[in-house]
Amino acid sequence: MTGRLVQLSAPDVLIVVLYFAMVIGIGLYLKRYTNTGDDFFLAGRGMTAWIAGLSFVAANLGALELMGWASAAYQYGILATHWYWVGAIPAMLFLAIVMMPFYYISKTHSVPGYLKLRYGEGARAVSAITFAFMTVLMSGINMFSMALVMKVVLGWDIHFSIWVSSLTVAAYVFLGGLLSAIFNEVLQFFLIWLGALLIPILGLVETGGWNGMVARIHQNFPDQDFTHLWRTLGSFADNPMGIHWTGIVLGLGWVVSFGYWTTDFLVVQRVLSARDLHAARMAPVIGAGFKMLVPFIVILPGLLALAVLPEKLVGESLAAVNGGHSYNEVLPLMLARYCGPGLLGLGITALIAGFMSGMAGNVSAFATVWTYDIYRALIRKNASDAHYLTMGRWCTLAGVLVSIGTAYLVMQFKSIMDYVQALFSFFIAPLFGTVVLGMLWKRTTAAGGVCGLVAGTISSIGMWAWVKVNPAALSVIALSSNARDMAENMYRALWSWLICVSVTVLVSLATAPKPESELVGLVYGCTELPSERELRLTQRPIFWAGVAAMVFVLLNLIFW
Amino acid sequence: MHNAGMVSIWFLIGLLLTAYGLIITAVSVYQSLVPPAALPVLANLRAGIWWGLFILFLGCFYCWRFQPRKTRRQTLDT
Repeated sequence: MTGRLVQLSAPDVLIVVLYFAMVIGIGLYLKRYTNTGDDFFLAGRGMTAWIAGLSFVAANLGALELMGWASAAYQYGILATHWYWVGAIPAMLFLAIVMMPFYYISKTHSVPGYLKLRYGEGARAVSAITFAFMTVLMSGINMFSMALVMKVVLGWDIHFSIWVSSLTVAAYVFLGGLLSAIFNEVLQFFLIWLGALLIPILGLVETGGWNGMVARIHQNFPDQDFTHLWRTLGSFADNPMGIHWTGIVLGLGWVVSFGYWTTDFLVVQRVLSARDLHAARMAPVIGAGFKMLVPFIVILPGLLALAVLPEKLVGESLAAVNGGHSYNEVLPLMLARYCGPGLLGLGITALIAGFMSGMAGNVSAFATVWTYDIYRALIRKNASDAHYLTMGRWCTLAGVLVSIGTAYLVMQFKSIMDYVQALFSFFIAPLFGTVVLGMLWKRTTAAGGVCGLVAGTISSIGMWAWVKVNPAALSVIALSSNARDMAENMYRALWSWLICVSVTVLVSLATAPKPESELVGLVYGCTELPSERELRLTQRPIFWAGVAAMVFVLLNLIFW
Repeated sequence: MHNAGMVSIWFLIGLLLTAYGLIITAVSVYQSLVPPAALPVLANLRAGIWWGLFILFLGCFYCWRFQPRKTRRQTLDT
């Protein structure tokens, strides 16, 4: 594919420039409100439930996710929606109702911080160092991906995209810390919705509604079922993803999703910024409500592309050889199909905002974990709050510089991208096992937690390496010779979680537990949770979590 | 919002949306009067005009509802 997908006009450029001016302005304005470590790293713990909730869901609504899942919807159909519904909603509600009280009451500033309180310094060090390392690498990968997208879509120079976006992010996070990052995430949330919502609206008008779209897809792809969520998951061979429903429910819906939404500090940090426990519990519920709607702006455009695009999109490598468009270009193609000047600028701004806020999220989480869980814990224990604040600001810049370095490294060796993403996945599933057992079972010991975490991680790496060396091993790990890559990730996560939990339980039973007095505020059964009985029914998080759960079930039944 | 005197995030969003709504509406009206050579699909629906107006309305509402004077007074009251 040569040239560019869309041509921006002067009003489009003005819209993009206004966005950059606004985010820098927000950073400059918020600097005066970030005077302490708590202000910089936890936004002063003053966010309302709505702001924390929108920021929580926006942290996972970057442009890579939007474009990636629209592309997945074109390849796999509505099955991609599982990553937004069963792969997110139960976990978000579990975080709100079950886990949030412990994170919040323990007054921890991070997930590694909770591990320190529950399991000791060793667990914190392992978790913090791996998280900090992986976060800046991921930030660099996102940066490179953004530059690549801007090159393909707009024809922008890769170096220009990398430096302008990263320096802007560095400036506003340096100035306003998490507060700045959260403000921009909420702003990005609005831009993404307003920039992308027109595509499904106009697409459905063009196809004559949902039924018209389904009819056209069947006409264009008569041999495949792209429009049923669960009906094709009875066998690995019946669906384009090559996955079984057990992989979706247990691998994605339980382990991967719960691991990401309840223990990945990048998202949990947004909720920890809430002003009180009630707001902290409401935030993920609000986030879940919006998360359920995201498929309408991400998956639906992919499905509409199957129905209306005159050409068939192909994989990246085939597109490079034959000169066609690739799956990954489906969202910009749909944007260009329906949007004229002005609207196009808004759509492109939404993509840029998504990339930048994703990067800001990574950098602010890195700054917190580095300053509190590595620098203060292992290097300089008793410095003043002002010293840690300064350290946070400077390591924001350092984080951005490492990210830029990673982006250039990935430019030279693209396979690094796959390795780093795999590396990130090694820790998520076992970490969830360690955290959830620590929170819900008071018999879990420090030795059990650390051994389980290490065993789960090593087994995950082992399974990944086994499939790399011998692709036939996939049929053993995913339990079917028809399984594909996506199924491997789900089953690998499931096995590594089970290994982590088994080892944790066995080692805990063989070692001496902590006295209950040391588990107050950290573990279910040792902690008095604040009662919500004085609140009206409609003010209680549990009520809205129930409503969200019912809508979730209903949506799955409708699109069964 | 948590800090007394701090301008609300919703107000800042309102400002940006108002500017975007104005630009998109104005450009779309101009395009409907002087159509370019290449039009997007369903250009006859004038999506740019009504979407621009919707964004403009949303922006104005947020600016009015969360204007600094009003939110500052609410913070002081509480």
